[in-house]
Amino acid sequence: MNLLVVDQLTVRHGQLTAVNAVSLDVADGTTLAVIGANGAGKTTLLRAIAGTIMPAGGTVTYDGQNVTRVPAHRLAANGIRLVPEGRRLFPSLTVEENLLAGAYRRNVNSVIELFPWIGQRRRQSARSLSGGEQQAVAIGRALMGNPRLLLLDEISLGLSPVAVQGLYAALPDIRAAGTTVLLVEQDVSQALRVADRVLCLLEGRPVLTGSPAELTPEAIETAYFGLTRRAS
Amino acid sequence: MIWVNAIVQGLLLGGLYALFACGLSLMFGVMRIVNLAHGDMAVLAAFLVYSIIITTPIGVLGATLIVLPLFAVFGYLVQTGILSPALRTGPLSTLLATFGLSIVIQNALQQGYSADTRALDVGSLVSASLHITGQLSVAYLSLITFGLAIVVLVALQLFLSRTGTGRIMRATADDPEAATLSGANPRHVYGIATAIAFATVALAGLMFAMQSSFSPSIGPTRLIFAFEAVVIGGLGSLWGTLVGGMVLGLAQTIGAQVDPAFTLLAGHLIFLAVLAFRPQGLIAARRTA
Repeated sequence: MNLLVVDQLTVRHGQLTAVNAVSLDVADGTTLAVIGANGAGKTTLLRAIAGTIMPAGGTVTYDGQNVTRVPAHRLAANGIRLVPEGRRLFPSLTVEENLLAGAYRRNVNSVIELFPWIGQRRRQSARSLSGGEQQAVAIGRALMGNPRLLLLDEISLGLSPVAVQGLYAALPDIRAAGTTVLLVEQDVSQALRVADRVLCLLEGRPVLTGSPAELTPEAIETAYFGLTRRAS
Repeated sequence: MIWVNAIVQGLLLGGLYALFACGLSLMFGVMRIVNLAHGDMAVLAAFLVYSIIITTPIGVLGATLIVLPLFAVFGYLVQTGILSPALRTGPLSTLLATFGLSIVIQNALQQGYSADTRALDVGSLVSASLHITGQLSVAYLSLITFGLAIVVLVALQLFLSRTGTGRIMRATADDPEAATLSGANPRHVYGIATAIAFATVALAGLMFAMQSSFSPSIGPTRLIFAFEAVVIGGLGSLWGTLVGGMVLGLAQTIGAQVDPAFTLLAGHLIFLAVLAFRPQGLIAARRTA
């Protein structure tokens, strides 16, 4: 069964059509990676699904319900949690308070199991954490809402390879809990490693889709950069 | 002994200013809304209680207990109905909206009650005082006001730091969109913040009204005291607001001791000095709201 079905979704920023008639579906319990260059519309697509921007056209269906115009806070309460680009922790709150903000779980133990270092540093201010640590807390904060659909927006952005590895190492545990994941990633090799299916966007349009096994590096390269092969 | 008296009275007066200013501080801290109708809300509360006690057998205390929750509901409705929509078009719109609200309240009060000056009759309590020494005595009303101010500020602080709703309020103040993604409805959170602000300003307005006379047009003059307390103490900090209120109260009573004509000017001068030399306020940067 598909947990998320996006049909012909179009989102505009003024004159610019950031997402142009994108359709995709994500089966319950699977992981879809959306890849694409800067400005391909990946972040806009996630934000439209999460309800923080209203699409100009198309529909978003979640768990059989049309949720296209449902506000973000209600979607969050119904199990769609977006880890936004740039982490966006609450700087004046402690690590633990960040996790508890808007949580349905009453304690943070499940997140500490995933990222054990948080245990010792829960009383610390969130602004004192490094980028990778902040990203882990941002993911933990989303998990505190018991999401059925987790939307991850470029969690590797601006982080060291070691920090990125630490974050992606948590993904199998998150998926094992039955969480469906839709992730946006510029790092194609990282995305191919974790995803069941991959969708490549180019200037707001879907240009390639398939499972990592069936996509050749050449096909991905062509789709990613929008290269057209010269007839030989 | 005269100076000790001035200092004690000044500190107690500071409690009233802090009680009056904490709602202004909360609304600014959570929503970046500067409520220009803050002083008029205080006056409106005083007139409501005035009407209740002269038309019904209910006393001041009973009327206060009716008006405070009424103001909380009023605050929630003003926020969700007027200020939240204005907030979407930018901070200038909320300034205009509260300015409009201020004018509407002033004129409605003048229409309904005329421009006459009134006072809330609290019977013998108004002149009763506690004699500490021969030359030093403090009015019970001042002590009660000060005690209420401390209770309200401590309760507000505990609410913000210990409860789930308080945590969401601080999170929403930091980053409304990220709070939305955590399931918070900013309209509701803002409504609660304004409800608290209106209830506290109503309480402050009543304490003001028991100690000095009031008229429909006095709101903006009172608003200046709240602004000064908030700015002297430091924006967005509740304890700063208490310190700011006390500094303002002290400046006024000590100024009055030098020369009664100097009362308000002394407060304004301290305010200007803080703005010039320590614009972040006396208790700076530790944001609690």
